[in-house]
Amino acid sequence: MSPRVTFPNKILPYLLLAPQLAITLVFFYWPASQALYQSMLREDPFGLKTKFVWFQNFAKVLNDPNYLNSLKVTVVFSASTAIIAMGMALILAVMADRVVRGRGIYRTLLIWPYAVAPAIAGMLWLFMFNPTMGSFAYMLRATGYNWDPLLNGNQAMVLLVSAAAWKQISYNFLFFVAGLQAIPKSLIEAAAIDGAGPNKRFWTIVFPLLAPTTFFLLVINTVYAFFDTFGIVHAVTGGGPGKATETLVYKVYSDGFVNLILGDSAAQSVILMVIVIALTAVQFRYVERRVHYG
Amino acid sequence: MIENAPIRRLIAHLVLILGILVVAFPIYYTFVASTHTLQTILRPPLPLLPGKEFFANYWQALFGGIGRIGGVGVDRLLLNTTIVALAVAIGKICISILSAYAIVFFKFPFRMTAFWLIFITLMLPVEVRILPTYKVMVDLGLIDTYTGLTLPLMASATATLLFRQFFLTIPGELVEAARVDGAGPWRFFKDILLPLSRTNIAALFVILFIYGWTQYLWPLLVTNDNQMNTIVIALRKMISFADADTEWHLVMVTCVLAILPPILVVVLMQRWFVKGLVESEK
Amino acid sequence: MAEVTLKDVRKVYPGNVEAVKGISIDIPDGKLCVLVGPSGCGKSTLIRMIAGLESITSGTVSIGSKVVNQVEPADRDIAMVFQSYALYPHMSVYDNMAYGLKNRGTPKAEIDSRVKEAARILAIESFLDRKPRQLSGGQRQRVAMGRAIVRKPQVFLFDEPLSNLDAKLRGQMRIEIKKLQQTLGVTSVYVTHDQVEAMTLADVLVVMNEGRAEQIDTPIGVYERPASVFVAGFIGSPAMNLMKAKSTGQAGLDLAGGGSVKLREMSTPEAGRDILLGVRPEHMSVVTEDDADLLLDVSVIETLGADTLAHGHVAGGKPGGGELVVRLPGSTRVNVGDRLALAIQPGMAHLFDASSGRRI
Repeated sequence: MSPRVTFPNKILPYLLLAPQLAITLVFFYWPASQALYQSMLREDPFGLKTKFVWFQNFAKVLNDPNYLNSLKVTVVFSASTAIIAMGMALILAVMADRVVRGRGIYRTLLIWPYAVAPAIAGMLWLFMFNPTMGSFAYMLRATGYNWDPLLNGNQAMVLLVSAAAWKQISYNFLFFVAGLQAIPKSLIEAAAIDGAGPNKRFWTIVFPLLAPTTFFLLVINTVYAFFDTFGIVHAVTGGGPGKATETLVYKVYSDGFVNLILGDSAAQSVILMVIVIALTAVQFRYVERRVHYG
Repeated sequence: MIENAPIRRLIAHLVLILGILVVAFPIYYTFVASTHTLQTILRPPLPLLPGKEFFANYWQALFGGIGRIGGVGVDRLLLNTTIVALAVAIGKICISILSAYAIVFFKFPFRMTAFWLIFITLMLPVEVRILPTYKVMVDLGLIDTYTGLTLPLMASATATLLFRQFFLTIPGELVEAARVDGAGPWRFFKDILLPLSRTNIAALFVILFIYGWTQYLWPLLVTNDNQMNTIVIALRKMISFADADTEWHLVMVTCVLAILPPILVVVLMQRWFVKGLVESEK
Repeated sequence: MAEVTLKDVRKVYPGNVEAVKGISIDIPDGKLCVLVGPSGCGKSTLIRMIAGLESITSGTVSIGSKVVNQVEPADRDIAMVFQSYALYPHMSVYDNMAYGLKNRGTPKAEIDSRVKEAARILAIESFLDRKPRQLSGGQRQRVAMGRAIVRKPQVFLFDEPLSNLDAKLRGQMRIEIKKLQQTLGVTSVYVTHDQVEAMTLADVLVVMNEGRAEQIDTPIGVYERPASVFVAGFIGSPAMNLMKAKSTGQAGLDLAGGGSVKLREMSTPEAGRDILLGVRPEHMSVVTEDDADLLLDVSVIETLGADTLAHGHVAGGKPGGGELVVRLPGSTRVNVGDRLALAIQPGMAHLFDASSGRRI
């Protein structure tokens, strides 16, 4: 940081920081440290005695087929969501970059889903596709397809991914549009003079230059699919049918709140924490390179 | 534009229109459903055009109370959610602008410690500390209170980092000019920093309003009382496929009302929102 | 109005970096003192210490008869014009100028009349409602000046106020600043790296280098009697010719690069002493070979119109050693390869000790 011009007060800065630090300590650090501590405790079935068991909870969790299943579910869910949401957004952004008239209107109409809560996004799709009254479920069945996401795990996953990806298109779209606008027009013109046709120009010039945006969005979408989609899972499938859509975050919640296995839930929290730290580190390593902090 | 090929542009328009259909259709579908009777909704396929029950359905949902969530009306839910979204947005902006101000414009012992304490909270989303945070809330008696719904969401690193980044772009000479002009820390903050931060505050307000409005896990944890539900949580409670008595027409109305305010905020404040979004994430 | 006195002022930054190494200056009431020097010489640190924006490690700064070391900038009764102007971007020109007065609780009517008065002096009356971004560089500069003069301070501080302007505007504003300072008669400190600004504006000129004041004098004193090699090389354009030499002890010097120079009407140092000879290009004239102090073999000619610059080396010297520039009247006809017989104008040869760089 460059030497900043500062005010010479001694006490004022602490007063300014106090509200944020107080909330941070009470609601972030204290609970997080509790989670760490609890992840090494085990209660007997009656909740009478607790024992310090070091890393046994972690060993138990990591060997639990249910946990591994939920890890697999999360990976499949996150990867599909990220790929679909980013793919659609990229196509739309490239098209929006190509048109001259109506660009503002298209943008306005495409950013709605950003304002929709993930849980509600899930419900919207459930309305259309639930077997009781969903029009699309009705149509699918009319074609003879056996559609019932409330019973079929794969179909439930498809529904979740659709809703999650739908909600995220707007966000990705805005960033791809900004990324496309940042590419100097002269580069495209130079490529055109070099004899590259529109498609070739896209794949050899535009797409590589969008790589930073794409990578950034990949991280953001992964974080989104890991954490922010709890609402979708909770509202639409509740982790079912079976455990076909039980993501990691959902499992922490259900083990801790519904099944009350505190030690396991805490150990899972800690594993999640490690994942967030890794994702944040990746994101900032990359951000650090691109943005110059003063 | 290098080529002026009308065909390519036409294709682009068609793709965009298709995209808009995909993006907007679920919302439209729900709106249409919200204007039909329960019987029509339960007999798919749903008509493509709105029905005649608009006023009846909305009136009942807003002021009649909904049985499944203890007879609470959607008006109460909207009020709760508005309070939460506004409190989170405004509270977060106030708290983080103050701490960013301290970190950038003052030199004091433990300045970097404070910065890192705030920064690390980026890595502690509520999802990874569900149970212990819940326990803190119970101990402090914050379950089913507006304070409980909002206060823990007010501290986060993102807003502070955004303000810090913006403050760092303010030239040192401007601060010095203010000092020579007799402005102390408070006057500088009020007369110069706040007016210069207007755009950033507006952008952040939109993003944080949406953030507050769309919260799910947190309100789920800290509210038991139906009176204190946010609209999103209440909506979840209304839906059941097992029970035949789900009032789907009211569910649809609630859903539309839950989506509408944040969409209005985003669309009306689009300019700041887009700027803020693209900049805050860099 | 007040004089400004610096007594042995030092600034040491954390990490033991000594930016200002003990400087004492007396600026009489109503005079303009210019601090000039290359970047990193400590001139900005010094003016910021006078302003109160940097703490003073040791020594004292007094304004009037009062030591102000511990006084807040706002209470020093100074006004400052910044290099970037530092105008408040969200305030109108009027509010920019009024802000400092408002903060001091000056009555509204008084503020209004002072702002209008300053605007009239600076001819910016028609922009009072505009925002800084709607103004040109020169106009912003005027607003920055206006902000300083409405305050009617005891001292004006200028921190490179013209360096963001283009050359033509800079010349114009320089004259205006000079006029303004003389009319208002306010003691001023002015920092610049531009020697033309320094020469034209200063009543007291302080040439700084590496945290020290190399010379404190009138501009003409600095020009005619530079106190050190650094000052000699820094002030004047083209720069003074500086040649390594050894004293012969008999009214002459042997140049290190070959050739020799006669010295008249001045005492020569003891024989064998290593010295530097400095002669400004404009202080030599073409004479007959008998009257010559040195002979120059011309290798490059720059015709500027009013002047002609002849570059070459001293006769008898090796090419590459004893390089020299002479400024001749534009009417002089010279050709490459000519040998010019040159005389140094009386009193215009400067001798410096080769090791200390100080004037002998």
